[in-house]
Amino acid sequence: MSSVPASAFLALALILFCIGLFGALTKKNTVIVLISIELMLNAVNINLVTFSKYGMAPSITGQVFALFAMAVAAAEAAVGLAILMALYRNRKTVNIDDMDTMKN
Amino acid sequence: MENAWLIPLFPLLSFLILLLIGKRLREASAYVGILLTLASLVFSILVLVERFSEPTYLEQFTWLTIGDFHLTAGFEVNQLNALMLFIVSLVSFLVHTYSKGYMHGDERFPVFYAYLGLFTFAMLGLVLSPNLLQTYIFWELVGVGSFLLIGFYYYKEEAKAAAKKAFIMTRIGDVGLLIGMILLFWQTKSFEYSEIFASIEAGAVSQTMITLTAILIFIGAIGKSGQFPLHTWLPDAMEGPTPVSALIHAATMVAAGVYLVAALFPLFSASETALLTVATIGAFTAIFAASIGLVQTDIKRVLAYSTVSQLGYMMLALGSAGYVAGVFHLMTHAFFKALLFLAAGSVIHAVHTQNIEEMGGLWKKLRLTGPLFLIGTLAIAGVPGLSGFFSKDEILVAAWEGGHPVLFLLALIAAFFTAFYMFRLFFLVFTGEARGLQENVHESPTVMTLPMVVLGILAIVAGYVNTPWFGTFLGDWLVDGNEVLGHGHMEGPSWIMIAATVISLLGIYLAWLIYGKRTIARDWLSGQGGMLHTVLYNKYYIDEFYQLTVISVTRGISYFLRFIDTFLVEGVAKGMVGFVHGLGKTGSKLQNGQTQMYGTVAFLGLALLAFIFALTGGYLK
Repeated sequence: MSSVPASAFLALALILFCIGLFGALTKKNTVIVLISIELMLNAVNINLVTFSKYGMAPSITGQVFALFAMAVAAAEAAVGLAILMALYRNRKTVNIDDMDTMKN
Repeated sequence: MENAWLIPLFPLLSFLILLLIGKRLREASAYVGILLTLASLVFSILVLVERFSEPTYLEQFTWLTIGDFHLTAGFEVNQLNALMLFIVSLVSFLVHTYSKGYMHGDERFPVFYAYLGLFTFAMLGLVLSPNLLQTYIFWELVGVGSFLLIGFYYYKEEAKAAAKKAFIMTRIGDVGLLIGMILLFWQTKSFEYSEIFASIEAGAVSQTMITLTAILIFIGAIGKSGQFPLHTWLPDAMEGPTPVSALIHAATMVAAGVYLVAALFPLFSASETALLTVATIGAFTAIFAASIGLVQTDIKRVLAYSTVSQLGYMMLALGSAGYVAGVFHLMTHAFFKALLFLAAGSVIHAVHTQNIEEMGGLWKKLRLTGPLFLIGTLAIAGVPGLSGFFSKDEILVAAWEGGHPVLFLLALIAAFFTAFYMFRLFFLVFTGEARGLQENVHESPTVMTLPMVVLGILAIVAGYVNTPWFGTFLGDWLVDGNEVLGHGHMEGPSWIMIAATVISLLGIYLAWLIYGKRTIARDWLSGQGGMLHTVLYNKYYIDEFYQLTVISVTRGISYFLRFIDTFLVEGVAKGMVGFVHGLGKTGSKLQNGQTQMYGTVAFLGLALLAFIFALTGGYLK
C-alpha cells in the first residue's frame, strides 16, 4: 500500500477534477453537468484523504472531513436534482443553454 | 434723476412681456411697445430738464468683490448721457409708432416689437453706464439687438448673410475695444470713467499707453460706427426692415461709436496721435462713403453710405478737438437721418421697390412724404436755416481750427458730394415721370406719417439750440466749464460758413441740372470716367478685396484647423470611445445568462491568477 506514492493519488485527483471541470463547463445536458460537479467534489475528497495520510501532519481529521464533504455533496445533489425537476416541469427541457434567465 | 435707471427698464419690460404673451397679443403688441417707450421718453425728458439745473448724478453699488478690488455697477447722468437718453428714447418711440403701420400684416409682428424693445433697452443702458465694463456689456447687447433685427427676414438669404456680416465685422472692432479696456484697467486699476480720467490727468499713465489704449478703443468705435475700413457691414445691414434702419443704423447704434469716443474724450484729448487718427479716419470715411453714395441705385443704400459719411464727419469733429461739434452733429443727424429713413420706408411701402430707377414722379402721389423727405434732404445737404447746416458748420470750423487744412478740404468736398447725391436721390424719386410699375400708390397711414412730421420739425429746429447767431446753449451746457472738453463754441473765420453754403448749393444745383432739369445728360459723368463710375458703383471693390485677402486667409486657417480637429482631436476622441465601447460590448457579451460561460470566465481568471502567482513566486510588487 505504501508503495504507491502520494503524487499518484494527487494526479488521479487532478485528472478527475479536470474531467469534472470540463464536463461542467461544456456539456449541454444539465444532468451531465450535475454529475460532473460530483466528479469535481470527489476529486477534492481524494485530495483530502491523500493528505490525511501523506500530509505534513497525518491525522484522521482529513478523512472525517471527506465524509462530511460527501454528506454535504449528497444533500447538494438532492437539492440540485430537485431544482432540475422543477425546471424541467416548467420548461420541458434539460438543455443548459435554454436556462439563461440570469440574463434578464 | 435718481430714477433714471428706470428708463432702460421700460423697454426691457416690453421685451419680456412680448416674449411671454406676444403671440396672443398679435398686432396689439405694438401698443405695449409704444406705451413703454413713451414712458421711457417721458422719463428721459424729465431727466434732461432736471439736468439743466442740477449737477451730474452718479449712483453706484458694488457688484463683485475680487480680493480687495470692487467691481461696481450703476448709472450716471451727465450732460452727454442725458442728451443721448433723450435722442435714443425719442427716436425709439417714434420708430415704435411708425412700425405699427410699416410692419402691419407681418407674421412675426410681436417678435419684431420684442426685438425693438431689447435693442432700446441695450442702447439706453449703454448711454447710462458709468464705467467701461458696463458699457462693454451693453455694447455687445446692442450688437445682438442689431443682429436680430437685421436678420429679421431670416428667410431671405441676403438678410441672413447681412446679419452675420454685421455681427462679425463689429466683433472685429469689439476685440480692439476689449483689449483697450483691459490695458486701461491694467494701467489705472479701474473701469470707472471718472477714475480713469483722474489718473490720466495725474500723469499716472505713460503717453504711449494713452495713445495705444485710445486707438484700440477707437477701433471698437470704428466697427460700431461703420468707419473705414470696417464700414462694409452698414450698407448690407439695410436688408433689415426700414424702421430698424432708421432706429439702429442711422440714429442710435451706429452713433454709439461716436458716443464712446465722446464719453472717453478726456482720454483721447490726452494724446495728439490718437486725435489725429480719429480725425483722419473720420475725414477719409466721410469723403470715401460720400463718393460711393454718388452712384448707388438702391434708395436705402444711398442713405446707408450717407450715414457712414456723416458718422465720419462726427469722428472728424471729435478728432479735431471739436467735442461740441461732434455731439451736436450726432444729435441733428439722428433727427434728419431717422426722418430720411422713415420717409424712404414710406416710399418703399408705397411702391414696393427700393430701386430708385423704378421710381420717379412721386411728389404728387405722396403729398406728405415728399415734403418731409425734402426737409431731410435740405437738412443733410447743409442748406442754411436747417439743423444740418449749423452742426456741419461747427464741424468744418473745428477741422479748420484744429489745424487740419487737408482734412478740412476733404470734409468740404464731402459736403459737396452729400448735397449732390441727396438731391440726386430726391429728384430721381420724386420728380419727373414714373419709370417703373406704380399701381395703387398711396400715402402711408397716419401712424407712419406722424412720427415723420415730428422728426421733420426737429430736423428744422434742432439746430437752433447751438448757433453762432442766437447763442450756443447746447455747447455751453455740454462743456459746462470743463477745460478738457474745449469751448462751447469755436470762433472760426466767417468765410467757412459761406464756403460751406456755396458748396452745398453748388451740389444741389448740379444735381438739379442733371436729374431735375436734365440739361446735362445723366450718363455724362459716367461716360467721362467710365472706369471711375464702375469703381464707385462697386464700392471700391472693398468687399471683393476682403473676400480675396482676409476671408480667404481666414478660410485657409479654418480649413487647416478643421482638418486637425476632425482627424487629430476627433480621431483621438473617437479612438477612446471605440475602445471603451468595444470593452463594454465584450463585457455585455459575457453576461449572457449562461452559467457555463460565467464558470469559464471565473476559471480562466483563476488560472491567470495562478499563472501570475507562479511566475512571480507569490509576491506581487
